[in-house]
Amino acid sequence: MAAEGKAIDALSQFELSPVLGMVGQAVGFSQANLFMVIAVLLTMGLLVYGMRQRAIVPGRLQSLAETSYEFVHELVTGQVGDEGKRFFPFVFALFMFVLFGNLLGMLPYAFTFTSHIAVTFALAVIVFVLITVVAISIHGMHFFSYFFPEGAPKILAPLIIPIEVISYFSRPVSLSVRLFANMVAGHVMLKVFATFVVLMGSAGAVGIFGAVAPLAVNVALVGFEFLVAFLQAYVFAILTSIYLHDAVHLH
Amino acid sequence: MNTQPDFDARLKQARAQSGLEKDPKGSQGLPKGPWGIGFRAGVEVVSALVVGIGIGWALDRWLGTWPWLFLVFFVLGSAAGVMNVYRLFNPRSRPKVK
Repeated sequence: MAAEGKAIDALSQFELSPVLGMVGQAVGFSQANLFMVIAVLLTMGLLVYGMRQRAIVPGRLQSLAETSYEFVHELVTGQVGDEGKRFFPFVFALFMFVLFGNLLGMLPYAFTFTSHIAVTFALAVIVFVLITVVAISIHGMHFFSYFFPEGAPKILAPLIIPIEVISYFSRPVSLSVRLFANMVAGHVMLKVFATFVVLMGSAGAVGIFGAVAPLAVNVALVGFEFLVAFLQAYVFAILTSIYLHDAVHLH
Repeated sequence: MNTQPDFDARLKQARAQSGLEKDPKGSQGLPKGPWGIGFRAGVEVVSALVVGIGIGWALDRWLGTWPWLFLVFFVLGSAAGVMNVYRLFNPRSRPKVK
């Protein structure tokens, strides 16, 4: 990270520091927590305030709320089937939380809480525990046949079962690492190119012209990051639905 | 009110013409771009490997058999990673198509 002289400090943006003065310091309330609360409040605000009118022809906020609702609803029922309606509130809450976390991170001075593996892994573990509990409660002991695909030769069981178990346990890891890595990579790139702009711009008249290139890259990156912010929330939700489908239908 | 079905059919046709009606399969699912697939495959391999190594390391610590279980689970983890990538392209449970 640290180049000589003027450092390119791309990672300090992910550092946590307490907010809200003394109270925040005392309870360890960091910006990540603050932005989680903001994300939840914004989601609730969008749904409660946006749907307040209940107009037949929706206004802007109402149609935004309805679109996001229907989008996730279609996603869950499309992946899990009709049984998936039970899990819609869970997936919707997850999707909105991740989406708002990603999008809030795009605001200047904001903190991206989805860029912390602790946060994404906690979310993924919730998903993992849920799918395991759902699968066991629906299928009982039959759930464990999931780790041995039918038709495989019995003699390979000592090999297949550990592999399947590892594969199953790798789900929360891959789910969380995907979101975390995407958000970190995007924000590091933004910061690096933004630092290039400043470094080159401070190098006199030639540098100002040179700084145009990283600035252009940054403009493109911001657009790309908005895409990633949405896409990763979508991927998180759809993988949750795929796992739920596996849990409900098992094979 | 009795014009409703007719209207629905016409609306559906109009939406299909302008490409608004999604076809039931294919539109849902994970992004299919080369970057998406590539990144997903990489994450799947690494996470399976991480879990395998983690299990092996923990068992070794517990049973005091370092490094044997670690090695076994390293191999199993890589196999699981390869299988995850295989599942990426051939999922064993497809969403029901009604």
